[in-house]
Amino acid sequence: MRFELRSKPSRIMVWCSPLISLSLTAIVAMIIFASAGLDPLASLVTFLTAPLVDLYGLGELLIKAAPLVLIAIGLAIGFRAGIWNVGAEGQLTVGVIFSGYVALHYGPSGSGWVLPAMVIAGAVGGMVWAAIPAWLRVRFNANEILVSLMLNYVAALWLSWLIFGAWRDPAGFNFPQSEPLAPAALFPTLIEGTRANASIIFAVVAVVLGWIFASRSFAGFQLKVTGLSEGAARYAGFSISRAVWIGMLVSGAVAGISGVGEIAGPLAQIFPTASPGYGYSAIIVAFLGRLNPIGILLSGLLMALLYLAGDLAQMSLGMPSSITGLLQSTLLFFLLTTDVLVQYRIRLRGPIKEGASA
Amino acid sequence: MNQFLPILIATLVAGTPLVYSALGELVAERSGVLNMGVEGMMVIGAVVAFIVMMTTGSLFLAIIAAMLAAMLLALMFAVLAVSFRANQVAVGLALTIFGTSLGSYLGKSYVGMAIVMEPSVLTAYAARIPLLGSVLGQLHPLVWLSWVLFAGVWFFLQRSRAGLILKAVGEAPLSAHALGYRVSAIRYLATLFGGAMAGVAGAYISIVYTSLWTEGLIAGRGWIAVALVVFATWRPVRCFLGAYLFGGATIAQLFAQSAGIGLPSELMSALPYLVTIIVLVLISRNAALMRLNIPASLGKPFTAEG
Repeated sequence: MRFELRSKPSRIMVWCSPLISLSLTAIVAMIIFASAGLDPLASLVTFLTAPLVDLYGLGELLIKAAPLVLIAIGLAIGFRAGIWNVGAEGQLTVGVIFSGYVALHYGPSGSGWVLPAMVIAGAVGGMVWAAIPAWLRVRFNANEILVSLMLNYVAALWLSWLIFGAWRDPAGFNFPQSEPLAPAALFPTLIEGTRANASIIFAVVAVVLGWIFASRSFAGFQLKVTGLSEGAARYAGFSISRAVWIGMLVSGAVAGISGVGEIAGPLAQIFPTASPGYGYSAIIVAFLGRLNPIGILLSGLLMALLYLAGDLAQMSLGMPSSITGLLQSTLLFFLLTTDVLVQYRIRLRGPIKEGASA
Repeated sequence: MNQFLPILIATLVAGTPLVYSALGELVAERSGVLNMGVEGMMVIGAVVAFIVMMTTGSLFLAIIAAMLAAMLLALMFAVLAVSFRANQVAVGLALTIFGTSLGSYLGKSYVGMAIVMEPSVLTAYAARIPLLGSVLGQLHPLVWLSWVLFAGVWFFLQRSRAGLILKAVGEAPLSAHALGYRVSAIRYLATLFGGAMAGVAGAYISIVYTSLWTEGLIAGRGWIAVALVVFATWRPVRCFLGAYLFGGATIAQLFAQSAGIGLPSELMSALPYLVTIIVLVLISRNAALMRLNIPASLGKPFTAEG
């Protein structure tokens, strides 16, 4: 068996490979259920539909999907240009720190301006944290993947230093958490009877802007060319440094805003672990959505469903909630595997010699 | 001297997992494979070693199992990156996310348990060696084995014919192919070796270093190992010494205490990550040095057909 480069990428496979990956992931999920002594098919159906039977569940889906979509749209801009920001988790955390400062200091006495100020502070925080790897890459050629990853750990330690120290709630029975945020520092609820709040609007706006940027703007085109061939981009006079700055700062800003959405939304308080791994899951969302805003919207909803299903599986099926991450990453793995078929076709020549099956 | 010795020992103990994982990654990268999934492979090594240790009580079995489990992940990487020519950065990220979540899934029911280990017979013998005994006797045999590994990797890459072939595959895969060497097979082997070493590194952390399993146990050490290979500019000796630099940064708390400096523990914990960034910047700013040393085909898929 060997691979043959297609003369152009297969359009059919671009759409089929996510579907194949989903089916394979569903099979893995059923194997996991079966190994836990559950009825595989019935569990899978419960797993995927139970979170959505009522309006409250739909609200939860939107509130989970919004940050994933928002961050993934930002990441996709860089990924398309070959700029690998894997620091969204840390950028989100610094967004929490900056906006948390605003909320804790001005929230109790503030009025209508507190929330917009928090959003701006969160965006600035995320951008500051993303500017570090961007600057080190542009100025010193330091690998942005490694730097942005290291900063994830630093941001997490920074937040826990605040929550275990200066920001700890004096009335919180020594639990590591901040004071509850004042009503002025919270997003208003969008749909009655759910926890879905106005922060969802950011994700919707991001999808629209992301689509315009990617397919209708010159800067978007430049970034795409940079990703396809750095040499061609340089020849055409597009600056790689600019691609690094745009890719990092945009994704940093949206990650920071997602952090505001968390503390000014369902949490209404600041905890040391403000993000349930959204920064990492958003990488999967971006790939699964083919770095395309509409695709990201769909894959974000799917990933959010997996989060809810994981929580539910923990409560009703007695499974560890890490099944969420397990299935999300399995999906990514299958996607990268089936993506090979977009660029290559498989040619069987005589008997299969190499065991290239996995 | 009385203050120096505990710090030396703590540095060696903390640096050892990086010696294993970074030397493994170094060999893989020298063959042209950029596996950024070291973190994921270490998590799997750590959790599998811990589970096997809890159920069988055998350190030997635990380490073998950790190596095999991490090699399985490395095999997934090799199939995708070497055979399927997928983007190596993307596959490495996927491997880390996969390893981390599979690790917390498998280890869920073991969180909070601790391993109590008998001191090794070998350690008791080592303690009797004159002069060195006072240091060796306090170190786990896995620490000394990492020195053997270093010597082996150094000899393999710098002095052996097989090492020369591996480096040729990383530098000029087309020429190596033309000379009749099997580029893909050599890259598979190098990736699997990297996986096995990441597995040992993970096992060392969960069994020897902390003696417990918890989520987030590896805490970015796999990424530090990848960075370490960059600052070592793909040389084994610098990689080996660099591992102890980070060992030192990890136990900086000890230095600070003995010097009477009281700093927040969070700042101390952030130190290894900050040192990683600083050293990465210092090395990377010299673009000529990087270009001179980086394996020419690193991260690029190879096709015999061109």
